[in-house]
Amino acid sequence: MTISQSSFAFVSDLVRRETAMLYDPGKEYLVEARLLPLAREAGCADVDSYVAKLQTDHGERAKVLDALTINETSWFRDNAPYQAFTDVMLPEMIEARAHVRHISIWSAACSSGQEAYSLAMLLDQHLPSGWTAQILATDVSPKMLARVDAGRYSQVEMNRGLPATSLVRYFTRAGSEWEVSDDLKKMVRTQPLNLSTPFPLLPTFDIVFIRNVLIYFDMEMKRDILRKVHQVISPDGFMLLGSSETTLDMDDHWGREAHGRVQIHRPAGKPTTNTPPAAAAAWQPTTTALTGA
Amino acid sequence: MYALIIDDSRAMRSILRRIVTDLGFETLEAADGQQALDHLNEGRVPTLCLIDWNMPVMDGYTFITNVRANPEWRDITLMMVTTESEHGQIVRALAAGAHEYVIKPFTPDAIADKLELLGLVAKAVPA
Repeated sequence: MTISQSSFAFVSDLVRRETAMLYDPGKEYLVEARLLPLAREAGCADVDSYVAKLQTDHGERAKVLDALTINETSWFRDNAPYQAFTDVMLPEMIEARAHVRHISIWSAACSSGQEAYSLAMLLDQHLPSGWTAQILATDVSPKMLARVDAGRYSQVEMNRGLPATSLVRYFTRAGSEWEVSDDLKKMVRTQPLNLSTPFPLLPTFDIVFIRNVLIYFDMEMKRDILRKVHQVISPDGFMLLGSSETTLDMDDHWGREAHGRVQIHRPAGKPTTNTPPAAAAAWQPTTTALTGA
Repeated sequence: MYALIIDDSRAMRSILRRIVTDLGFETLEAADGQQALDHLNEGRVPTLCLIDWNMPVMDGYTFITNVRANPEWRDITLMMVTTESEHGQIVRALAAGAHEYVIKPFTPDAIADKLELLGLVAKAVPA
């Protein structure tokens, strides 16, 4: 059984309208795979009859949006960005933020939280004593944010890229799952956030990880998201995109620095290295209200 | 590059053989820790051992302690692949000299991820 073209069109329109994420023709298999469990749960014979139900059932629509905005993820995904985090971003931020001894990080489109907790593990290992850090993990899916708050992962998820030494250090068994330690949980705060709509009130971030999510948006929306991120990142901050994503030819408010295989993006026209002590001392954590206009 | 697959389940050896062969390894197999030690003593020293814990004759933990007792085998990378999932058991295996630990069930990607962490497999897609 495959999803009909009309059902696929309805679902892709719905997702685009609500989240601006694109499901182009060719992704029918993905939509069908994600909706089939929901169709069964709702007692529908197949995906097409489930999509017919969506025309009137708004509760089910929320479930569909949840199911179609989940990304695959793993611990320390792609490795090199985390190497850049510990080798480049963190040392520079530790120097630049010596006056506040606090680092603020945003894990955007955090999915089930492996990125946020991977960063929390590295902060635990590399932040000097007496420093604090806060990681804001945001996602459009409340279901995913609940998973991040719970900090529980299946055995299959635990096997994906997590070094065994980190498993025994930061996790305990919880039935058939593993639960992240309270110390790491305290570092991570969650908040619902739809990247395609005006941002809510956000703190200023020193480091933003917004990886493998821009690929789902059209060019205009990508520019809009990058512009909004530019407004909430500190002048000497760092932004990391996914391996196939770039600001090149899209937004000239970002400078790019290559570190090994990783491109690090920084707000252009502002201090990018070794913030002078005077400028650093002048910087204070702030909150920024955005209209997204 | 050789991988020695040590598991008393023929089916599991076959699954692991397919995975590591796809990742560029040639393979040797053993049905228990003693057979695996025999390979090593006869000069067939692999780059990597994938080791089940619970096996007849000699278990995987004992195999690891034997390998780590011989300095000539210090360059072998040891990775447990087992249903043993208690926190204390993982700590014990790492303390005995295992480099990594995969708990069954696993996906082929999980093996590739771990071998990448260990520097034995290069990442195919630039990050």
